[in-house]
Amino acid sequence: MATKEVVKKEPDEESLFTGTYSFTTVTSKINDIVLGPTSKGWVFGFLASFMVLQALLMALTWLLYEGIGTWGVNVPVGWGFDIINFVWWIGIGHAGTLISAILLLFHQKWRTSINRFAEAMTLFAVACAGIYPLAHMGRPWFFYWLLPYPSTMQLWPQFRSPLIWDVFAVSTYLTVSLLFWYTGLIPDLSSMRDRAKNRWVRMIYGVLSLGWRGAATHWHRYETIYLLLAGLSTPLVLSVHTIVSFDFAVGNVPGWHATIFPPYFVAGAVFSGFAMVVTLAVPVRVIYGLKDFITDKHLDNMARVMLATGLMVFYGYGVEAFMAYYSGSPDEQGLFLKNRAFGPYGVFYWLLILCNGIIPQLLWFKFFRTNIPSLFAISIVINIGMWLERFVILMSLQRIPWQSSTWGQYSPTIWDITTYVGTFGLFFTLLFLFMRLVPMISAFEMKHMMPESHTHAPGTHAGDKH
Amino acid sequence: MHAPEPTLFGLLAEFDTPQALVDAANAARVKGFKVMDGYSPFPVEGLREALGKPRTLMPVLIFCGGLTGCFTAFVLQTFTSGGHPTEWDAYVPQWFNYRLNIAGRPFFSWPAFVPAMFELTILFSAFTALFGMLLLNGYPRLHHPLFEVKEFLRASSDRFFLCIEATDPLFDIDETYAFMKHLNPISLSEVPQ
Repeated sequence: MATKEVVKKEPDEESLFTGTYSFTTVTSKINDIVLGPTSKGWVFGFLASFMVLQALLMALTWLLYEGIGTWGVNVPVGWGFDIINFVWWIGIGHAGTLISAILLLFHQKWRTSINRFAEAMTLFAVACAGIYPLAHMGRPWFFYWLLPYPSTMQLWPQFRSPLIWDVFAVSTYLTVSLLFWYTGLIPDLSSMRDRAKNRWVRMIYGVLSLGWRGAATHWHRYETIYLLLAGLSTPLVLSVHTIVSFDFAVGNVPGWHATIFPPYFVAGAVFSGFAMVVTLAVPVRVIYGLKDFITDKHLDNMARVMLATGLMVFYGYGVEAFMAYYSGSPDEQGLFLKNRAFGPYGVFYWLLILCNGIIPQLLWFKFFRTNIPSLFAISIVINIGMWLERFVILMSLQRIPWQSSTWGQYSPTIWDITTYVGTFGLFFTLLFLFMRLVPMISAFEMKHMMPESHTHAPGTHAGDKH
Repeated sequence: MHAPEPTLFGLLAEFDTPQALVDAANAARVKGFKVMDGYSPFPVEGLREALGKPRTLMPVLIFCGGLTGCFTAFVLQTFTSGGHPTEWDAYVPQWFNYRLNIAGRPFFSWPAFVPAMFELTILFSAFTALFGMLLLNGYPRLHHPLFEVKEFLRASSDRFFLCIEATDPLFDIDETYAFMKHLNPISLSEVPQ
């Protein structure tokens, strides 16, 4: 029984898991962050985020009191910061699902230590995104008018509209992400229950884990549905940003009415999401001493995904420019040349090309993928670039509608900016609570990945892997 | 042979590696035990087969859940805004039918209904997956006889357990105890009911 198993290691297995760990030490290292004392740094970070969150509450209160006029939107530009930030935040969320679902289906082991964190990021980013369309309604207390329900007015939603598709897509996405995240948490919550010393802490985690006891039959059903949830989330995540892009592409506005939009939006979402995961993972692994679990190899892999999706996005920009030329339509051509590239917002367009097109090319070089400060800087540049992309897509078109008499300009007001800054407060407040209250790395999946966890059926060679 | 004590839930053996648990489960199955389960901090490959437990029906349930979602969305959209043949008028309430003429397109423009159908398919499947799994596993169940055993606290961290339950037809307190002792567990405890 006690014979040492010789397990063949896959080439990259070692760099995903540095240091010597047993089942016991992995569990304690991950769970003790939650069960241990609150650090001063956490209190500082949480309070700072919580203060920024107040800016959001203030901005929303003022919006409800005074109305949408406090924002810079008007005729002709009806979609301003609210839609830019909605698309930006929801795009960031997509990397979480990609890491947890698509990489699981592809048996990418390196996802294991970052998936819980990335899924939490998804939930919080979607929560931030959801605020914008709700607030933009003007009378958010009537949000339920979007839902199909038998009303006294005998009125049903217009199911042929991409805006209604968006309601279905985003609410399904939030719900399924939450279910997927909670499913992944159940075994670790039970581990927290069993390790907690304090009676109340034990009861809270006990209730949250629903009494999970890790029976073989339970694990079998659990693994089956976890894989199926991953399989369901994969087309879901692609559909969500496709439908977000339909908000633009189904209309007949020049520059929006393009078939490249769905894939280009999805690639952009993954691009910005991975940039955000890198931005968050770099400080977290230093602060919580998790460099053994979130290794340089993980960051390197994420940089490669950023490079690949960045190239797809760059290709999208190229196609937009080419299609403007090739359409032969003076509207499309004029729009691109006189308005997007060399118009009043031209500087943003070229900044966007720099941030999303040129600078990510540095990731071809191993030095920039493994040098952590430079990777961190590139990830922030990409976050900014993706925000600029949405700004350019929205602004350069809406300001020149069909009738030149209604041409105009857009500039955000202080309340637009306060709302945007405030959503960072919401995002980081939730993220700090998450890091304090639940294990931020999936401990059971880390243990499952260790070579010691592999078993063999009786009668086969000890070295066989299943 | 005497009847198992009614106050006993079963016997619980503790192991320190997943391999030891799989081997023990195999031995117990070969011996003829049926009402037993293995407990581990993470899914152990081959343990279900070793215990002789059947495959789960969850995929079939999830498929049915998905079909329900797809059908719900299709019916909802078709009956509310898709219009319906006049002969259905007697059966479909007036308030349910709200034909929208959007730019003269057909009322039953089903391709535009696909996004909502797709989303509800995923939503219903995901609900079926999580809640079906919890229901079949018998959760939420906040307390269980196994939690009375002190050693079992480590089942969620780093130890592996095999529990042969007292309701098994072959269960006999002395013989089963001797059999499990023979499997070389780290500890062997009686689980009170």
